[in-house]
Amino acid sequence: MTSLPQPQIGAKKLGLVIDLDTCVGCHACAVNCKEWNTGGHSAPLPDYQPYGVEPDGLWFNRIHSYEAEGGSCGDRTVNFPRSCLHCEEPQCVTVCPTGASYKRAEDGIVLVNADICIGCKLCSWACPYGAREFDENQGVMKKCTLCVDRIYNETLPEAERQPACVLTCPSKARHFGDLNDPASEVSILVALREGQDLMPELGYRPTNKYLPPRKAKIPVSAQPAPTASTAGFGSALLNLVDRVLSR
Amino acid sequence: MAEETIALSKPVGDSVAYTTCYMCACRCGIKVHMKDGALRYIEGNRDHPVNRGVLCAKGSAGIMTALSPARLRKPLKRVGPRGANEFVEIEWDEAMDIATKRLAAIRDSDPNKLAFFTGRDQSQSLTGYFAQMFGTMNYAAHGGFCSVNMAAAGIYSMGGAFWEFGEPDWEYAKIFLLFGVAEDHDSNPIKLGLARLKQRGAKIISINPVRTGYSAVADEFVGITPGTDGLLVFSLIHCLLKQGKIDTQYLVSYTNAHYLVIDAPGSADHGLFARDLQGNPLAFDRTTQQTKSARATDIDPALLGEYRLADGRRARPAFACLAERYISGDYAPEAVAERCGVPAADIHRIAAEIAEVAFNQAVTINQPWTDSNGRRHETMTGRPVAMHGMRGISAHSNGFHTCRAIHILQMLLGAVDTPGSWRYKSPYPKPIPPGPGPAGRERKPDGSLPSLPLGFPKGPEDLLVDAGGEPLRIDRAFSWEAPLGIHGMMHMAISEAHAHPEKIDTLFLFMANMAWNSAMNPGETSRMLADCDESGNYTIPFVIVVDAFASETVAYADLVLPDATYLERYDCISLLDRPIGSAHGPADAIRIPVLPLDRDVRPFQDMLIDLGGRLKLPNFADAAGQPIYKSYADYIVRHERKPGVGPLAGFRGDGTAFGKAPVNPNQLDDYIKNKSFWVHHLPPEQLYFKYANRDYLAGAKAMGLIDSDQQIVLNLYSEIMQKFRLAAQGHGAVQPPERLRHQIDAVMDPLPIWYAPIEESVSQSSPYTLHAITQRPMAMYHSWGSQNVWLRQILSENRLYVHSSLAASHGLDNEDWVRVTSRNGEITCQVRVMDGLNPNTVWTWNAIGKRSGSWGLKEGAPEAKRGFLLNHVLSEYLPADASGQRLSNSDPVTGQAAWFDAMVKIEKVEVASQGTTLPQFPALKSLPGLQFRMQGWLHRGGMNK
Amino acid sequence: MTPASSVLLLTTLTGFGYGLLAWLGLFNAAGALPRGQWFGPVVIVVALGFASAGLMASTLHLGRPERAWRAFSQWRSSWLSREGVAAVLTYLPACGFAALWWFWGQDAAATRALGLVSAAFGLVTVGCTAMIYASLIPIRQWHNRHTVPDYLVFAIFSGAVLLAVMQAAWFGHSGTVALVACLAALLALVLKFAYWRFIDRQAPLTTLTSATGVRQAAKMHALDQPHFSQNYILREMGFQLARKHAAKLRKWTYVLAFIAPAIFCALAAMDVAPVVFGVLALVTTGAGLFLERWLFFAEATHTAAIYYGHTI
Ligand SMILES: Nc1nc2c(c(=O)[nH]1)N[C@H]1C(S)=C(S)[C@@H](COP(=O)(O)OP(=O)(O)OC[C@H]3O[C@@H](n4cnc5c(=O)[nH]c(N)nc54)[C@H](O)[C@@H]3O)O[C@H]1N2
Ligand SMILES: Nc1nc2c(c(=O)[nH]1)N[C@H]1C(S)=C(S)[C@@H](COP(=O)(O)OP(=O)(O)OC[C@H]3O[C@@H](n4cnc5c(=O)[nH]c(N)nc54)[C@H](O)[C@@H]3O)O[C@H]1N2
Ligand code: SF4
Ligand code: SF4
Ligand code: SF4
Ligand code: SF4
Ligand code: SF4
Ligand SMILES: [Mo]
Repeated sequence: MTSLPQPQIGAKKLGLVIDLDTCVGCHACAVNCKEWNTGGHSAPLPDYQPYGVEPDGLWFNRIHSYEAEGGSCGDRTVNFPRSCLHCEEPQCVTVCPTGASYKRAEDGIVLVNADICIGCKLCSWACPYGAREFDENQGVMKKCTLCVDRIYNETLPEAERQPACVLTCPSKARHFGDLNDPASEVSILVALREGQDLMPELGYRPTNKYLPPRKAKIPVSAQPAPTASTAGFGSALLNLVDRVLSR
Repeated sequence: MAEETIALSKPVGDSVAYTTCYMCACRCGIKVHMKDGALRYIEGNRDHPVNRGVLCAKGSAGIMTALSPARLRKPLKRVGPRGANEFVEIEWDEAMDIATKRLAAIRDSDPNKLAFFTGRDQSQSLTGYFAQMFGTMNYAAHGGFCSVNMAAAGIYSMGGAFWEFGEPDWEYAKIFLLFGVAEDHDSNPIKLGLARLKQRGAKIISINPVRTGYSAVADEFVGITPGTDGLLVFSLIHCLLKQGKIDTQYLVSYTNAHYLVIDAPGSADHGLFARDLQGNPLAFDRTTQQTKSARATDIDPALLGEYRLADGRRARPAFACLAERYISGDYAPEAVAERCGVPAADIHRIAAEIAEVAFNQAVTINQPWTDSNGRRHETMTGRPVAMHGMRGISAHSNGFHTCRAIHILQMLLGAVDTPGSWRYKSPYPKPIPPGPGPAGRERKPDGSLPSLPLGFPKGPEDLLVDAGGEPLRIDRAFSWEAPLGIHGMMHMAISEAHAHPEKIDTLFLFMANMAWNSAMNPGETSRMLADCDESGNYTIPFVIVVDAFASETVAYADLVLPDATYLERYDCISLLDRPIGSAHGPADAIRIPVLPLDRDVRPFQDMLIDLGGRLKLPNFADAAGQPIYKSYADYIVRHERKPGVGPLAGFRGDGTAFGKAPVNPNQLDDYIKNKSFWVHHLPPEQLYFKYANRDYLAGAKAMGLIDSDQQIVLNLYSEIMQKFRLAAQGHGAVQPPERLRHQIDAVMDPLPIWYAPIEESVSQSSPYTLHAITQRPMAMYHSWGSQNVWLRQILSENRLYVHSSLAASHGLDNEDWVRVTSRNGEITCQVRVMDGLNPNTVWTWNAIGKRSGSWGLKEGAPEAKRGFLLNHVLSEYLPADASGQRLSNSDPVTGQAAWFDAMVKIEKVEVASQGTTLPQFPALKSLPGLQFRMQGWLHRGGMNK
Repeated sequence: MTPASSVLLLTTLTGFGYGLLAWLGLFNAAGALPRGQWFGPVVIVVALGFASAGLMASTLHLGRPERAWRAFSQWRSSWLSREGVAAVLTYLPACGFAALWWFWGQDAAATRALGLVSAAFGLVTVGCTAMIYASLIPIRQWHNRHTVPDYLVFAIFSGAVLLAVMQAAWFGHSGTVALVACLAALLALVLKFAYWRFIDRQAPLTTLTSATGVRQAAKMHALDQPHFSQNYILREMGFQLARKHAAKLRKWTYVLAFIAPAIFCALAAMDVAPVVFGVLALVTTGAGLFLERWLFFAEATHTAAIYYGHTI
């Protein structure tokens, strides 16, 4: 249904929490996402000119990198995975003329029903985050499914009922859970690490949160003034080696 | 419209197999789901000790490698000129026949005329053994062009090494220094570890000219000027010495810091350890004011000072020599700051942070243990300063010493295999050095070599040189040009085979793209491979290439033997080679065929064992000349290197034994039942101080990992190095040639030294003032990623990254074109501008550039048109000296290829919008049977919905 | 946004069609048209022809045109759905209008009333089309107060030009209609000028620091894009028009879309070769508005492009 579901009391709000402090930009999540989903609910994720001159393809998750200057994280390079944020006010859903684009009432996952999508592309225009990609072969819109066919999959062991990208991330930069539950691991992370919304000013109220980069420091006692060095050993070292040593 | 009904609980596939990934050499465990006979999904094996369930981008793209149109399909025999890619398909019988005849003839005349060079395979224990049994010393695997500096420096200092042989203590480290690592072999374990450090709030410092990847997530980025890490480390050592922040107790307990070094310039034992009559090194005991055995436990050894030996000569503790050297003002932060491109204040601060963590925040684990001297310790205490380094250190011509400098820093802090520091991975530590010298000078009556061709020289007498001191091996390893060339020097193999046609008949290349991305100078290398003498014969008479894919090098083969890919064959990741062991204990693994072969190819190890049988090599054929092994799988189970020691250490004997135990005919099944790996968890009292941990050493000996359970004394001071140096000073029978005498004297220093990377000194006062380096992209493995539909979309091209200040001074913007020139050659490519980069450095991703027509890609593919290799500006040779001799462009201690020494200049050039990178090479013809095919994947619509 | 010809055709052609229908209804209700039994129905057929051509063109844009019927279902939330519904509904009064005109005469009260209803439906359809764009939050050049009035005025203007030409062709003069068209052209010109002034001064909707959640950074810039290869987002939303190029095209738009038609319509209104100048006005309007619509897309930036380092 194109209209957004009525918020249900106690309904889950499933989403990802992505830690920009640890993401090394390895693309593992992106490729594993492609691998899972090309055989999953929204299969396939086509590749155009696979071995040709202009390779191109459909991905649900893509990893950017940026250079940031100044501020509390200092100058640093930030790797930034980008996928659907499963917004609470997703215009991608409300603009859809067919009802193919919908948000699930029970868990907030935003999906496309490929059987009724007419491929008008309007939803992709309505998504500020560029999270939807068009399948040129099938003529329908596709997007991150939050691995809906994994997270409830009773044929999988409990621990594996997580999105493919989360399970595969070697830097443990991706977390999945219920952001409506203040006690969930993801909610705690968001609270502790001041998880951020992307482009909050646009009002989509993304469910996914991003944990900003930080900087570990080691406090050291007053630093010795850089002394002009001489070839002498200095009293500190002499005192040290003077101590009785035992083997 | 109602919400669709979603099949939420669809089974992933219809069957599952566990094997080991080989989209790179990290050896992660994978769980492979099959559906309707096709690959459905590959995920990480959650039980596997290496990756614990995670998978990298490459590993996740395995399906697409299994479907790659670049896969070779059948043995090929060359019909056109070399390099033209003109082949006919032949049957295996004919192919094996050609190879057998050729090799049999070589073995009958001079086995050394077979040059057998293998890449980053994981069957070096088999390939090395084959070479040994064949009787050729001209064998090497990829270590020489890879990271032998790290291996040699570590093995000769600590009896273990960074590389794949150790890991930081991710659980306890509080500060972690990462020197020159972009990705490394431990791809997933390092990422898991970094995440763990982050979680624990430890501080990560990345010392690297480039701020990407691991450096991007580091808490501190030190944008060092390439080739100057040694200076930086000396400066840290300088600061710690000045402040007396040294773990002297650790030094005297576990290193040779207190050993007395003879100070008698000119004599044959100058710089060696003073020893007693039993050969024990001596120390000066301050209690009795006498020299005593340095191994005695009841002494209070002096670390500074100068003492008289019984013969009246002077001697000083090794530590005193060290302290004197690094306390020098030459290594004060202020003195090195500019050269290193690191502010002096930062060096002071980092030294202070290290000292703070090491000495005020030591980690103590309540775990009793017993040392090699039989003394019980109630706890394990460590300095939580961990370090790791790789090719940023290694791939320079001063890398051996830089790496040793880092190990010295670790030792001074007491941070080797202690809680919170760097730890050995099983099967390390090993004695220093761990094994016999290189074989090659003599052969057994059966034609085989007495030991493996690659070994560990203990002094000049172990070198492989002729009477004039010139190299015996084709690649110059173990010569005075590279005395500790313990991994060989693959980057010299082709050019030296070309330069010495009398020495080589057949070049047998396995799994190395040596005409392209592992050539320092691909254009020249390709030319040499196809070069002819006056009579029109190829200078290198015969080339056999074993590859799985249509690589650039295949084009230069006379005979192409196509290998199976990693999901189609058995492999053995063995403790005899580079296993998956960790600090927690030994482990090994196998690969099993998950997919049936769909083309006429054979697993390489099967063909090598077959070849060994056909050649009737010792231990490959029995006395009656019959082959001993049916297949590689058979060899894995039945081969014994020593009694009870086979390729796999797990599930031996009746299936419950491990280590040294009889053959278990069902071993492979037992591995398969255990998800294709075996791991032994060391008990907690064996987890640290392994070099002096009685129980650990005894256990390792019992398992066959080491031959002796003696304490392994860490070599702060390297007596072995000094032995080579003494030769240069005229002592001993084996003497360096005059042209190298000075170099050996300078570089075989028993304590680490720093000198500018050789290329830099050669290029001095030339216009080449910029350092040019490469990095591994995380989502690509060398050259093989480009055939993979998914991976190639990520990096189908590469750019030269330049610092914003350099861009400004050259008027460069993103995507502008530049010409990059070195003393050796030039390339034209596009730039990308960045801030997080040492301003005097330019860099690009490694091995993205492809030759047009290779790798199953269409002609005109971006990899060939806009991708490029930096290699075109490198050379495997340094400029000729006065006598016209050309040294190799390598570390003078180990022969490590100096990939990152390159010095270049850049100029902006105008290139039309449809322009291509330069140089371009003529497109390769498509191989027979490899015509471009849209693979089944797309037709099947991905996988069944 | 990458201009797709199917969408450019849709919006310009439906503008002509519904504008024409609207004017026919209005003028007829006002009794300001010459008498002719054929004239009304033919104009309505032409109007619906233009609208239908536009709607057909728009289905070319669909990935699954055979499912286009599904687009009528979500009128409660989707302006695209509403546009479809309105477009289809418009056929009813419009056909009724034509029929009454033919059978009951153009002056019958019912005919006049149904003409007004048709006009309203036509304009509502144009309004819905405009709202599709005006409602898209990520595109600042569309999501603003200008888009709906502009679409309506451009439709009215192009419809007036079309009616003027038809009237001239039919009756030899186009009188008031041409005058109205001329005035509409001038109004459209003013609106377009105001629009461009507006978007030129608009602040970007977001910044890279906000788009990535790295708010503590002072500044950020893109280093590497995820893939070297092309992708849907870049093809669809990554279109970048150089400033210099845009300025030139804007000038051409002013001339072709508004100034030339205004002059030609004025001449036609003054009875100077009304057919010739009418046709000239129509041709320039068509070309001009197509260009205007091309710029409406080409100059529009999408927040998603900021991830690729584009200025938005
Ligand atoms: N500029 C620059 N050059 C470098 C480096 C650098 O940092 N900068 N790094 C150097 C280093 S460290 C290394 S290790 C080398 C690596 O260089 P190479 O060893 O040449 O690297 P690969 O591209 O991995 O090539 C291996 C070959 O193995 C083949 N292959 C892949 N899988 C299989 C298989 O299953 N079976 C068989 N038989 N063949 C297979 C591939 O098709 C390819 O032809 O590059 C070196 N070159
Ligand atoms: N994804 C992926 N993984 C791989 C490989 C691959 O091709 N792809 N190849 C495998 C192989 S064969 C190897 S050898 C390993 C190598 O793994 P790494 O050691 O990570 O090798 P490189 O990518 O060459 O990275 C060298 C790093 O050193 C930095 N550097 C260069 N010069 C200096 C210097 O003077 N000082 C310092 N401090 N840093 C410097 C470079 O910027 C770069 O970040 O990776 C292995 N793993
Ligand atoms: S990120 Fe985009 S596609 Fe996903 S819910 Fe939000 S608006 Fe829709
Ligand atoms: S493309 Fe499909 S999902 Fe998107 S708005 Fe159109 S019909 Fe809805
Ligand atoms: S949640 Fe699933 S579909 Fe979404 S990005 Fe992750 S792997 Fe892809
Ligand atoms: S897998 Fe993890 S570390 Fe790698 S790009 Fe994705 S989020 Fe970042
Ligand atoms: S690091 Fe990646 S490619 Fe390498 S073995 Fe592990 S999963 Fe495979
Ligand atoms: Mo390597």
